Amino acid sequence: MRIGLLHSLIRKEEKLLIEAFRHAGVEPVMIDDRGLIMDFHTAPDIDILVERSINHSRALHALRLFESAGVCCVNSHRVAQTCGDKLLTTAALRDHGVAQPECRVAFTETSALAAIEELGYPVVLKPAVGSWGRLLSKINDRDAAETVLEHKTVLGSYHHSIFYIQQYVEKHGRDIRSFVVGDDCIAAIYRSSDHWITNTARGAQASRCEVTPELAEVSLAAAHAVGGGIVAVDLFESEAGLLVNEVNYTMEFRNSIDTTGVNIPQLVADYVIGLVKQ
Amino acid sequence: MGECPICAARVDVAGDAIAGELLVCADCGAELELIATAPVELAEAPTAEEDWGQ
Repeated sequence: MRIGLLHSLIRKEEKLLIEAFRHAGVEPVMIDDRGLIMDFHTAPDIDILVERSINHSRALHALRLFESAGVCCVNSHRVAQTCGDKLLTTAALRDHGVAQPECRVAFTETSALAAIEELGYPVVLKPAVGSWGRLLSKINDRDAAETVLEHKTVLGSYHHSIFYIQQYVEKHGRDIRSFVVGDDCIAAIYRSSDHWITNTARGAQASRCEVTPELAEVSLAAAHAVGGGIVAVDLFESEAGLLVNEVNYTMEFRNSIDTTGVNIPQLVADYVIGLVKQ
Repeated sequence: MGECPICAARVDVAGDAIAGELLVCADCGAELELIATAPVELAEAPTAEEDWGQ
């Protein structure tokens, strides 16, 4: 069995996955995206590709080329494309009836300001493509809205002029990240912070969250909406129930193994090996 | 064992380390990438880009 592992830098997650595959008797074929040259119809000799690139743009394009060469990829190009763009994620969740915060998209300063006032303050302005909580703006009033929109228009590159505006959900200092592997919601953590941004990359603390039937149901629905596979789902607890904020397709889990007591990398490795055996 | 390319301190490299792995220099705190294991070669890790992470 030849399992390719597409990577750039080897983070803690990739090391844990390599150990997990070895524990299952498989030595992964390491494929560094920094040295990759592809020709649209051939690919390294592997049975399946596990995508673990740190760069979204490289992952997205490499997955498309591996699939063109007939290689099954986990996650698929479709999943990467949908999860990597918040606008596409929101559309997919909407198509599948998955609960999420109210969102608006606008393309100019004027229409974005109107959209913000339509949703009502506060709102969160996000780049459609971005991660680790970077360049998120919580906008509390019209003065802040006008300032941030002008700065994004003047200083940002063109893709910052796609204004993705999300209703601010009061999350009382925490949100939930759940982990989905295939048809199972295998674990979840709370991410707690005094700051309104609760990414662990920004210093939020992880603690164990019970996988309730509701959490499993919403997480699996979100995973299904974006195309399934191996994903991490970010959720808000609201008075209306769980709302899906984002879905991540190259999930980071280093802070969640000891916290949950679930061997996430081993479950991922076993899932991938199972796909090859099918 | 390798040498930090920033401060020239000696950096411990585990026996099971693999190329591409991230290390931190205990002396200067620089984030380093293990370029090669035999012989050990270290370089300053690339800085985070806009599309990194999840």
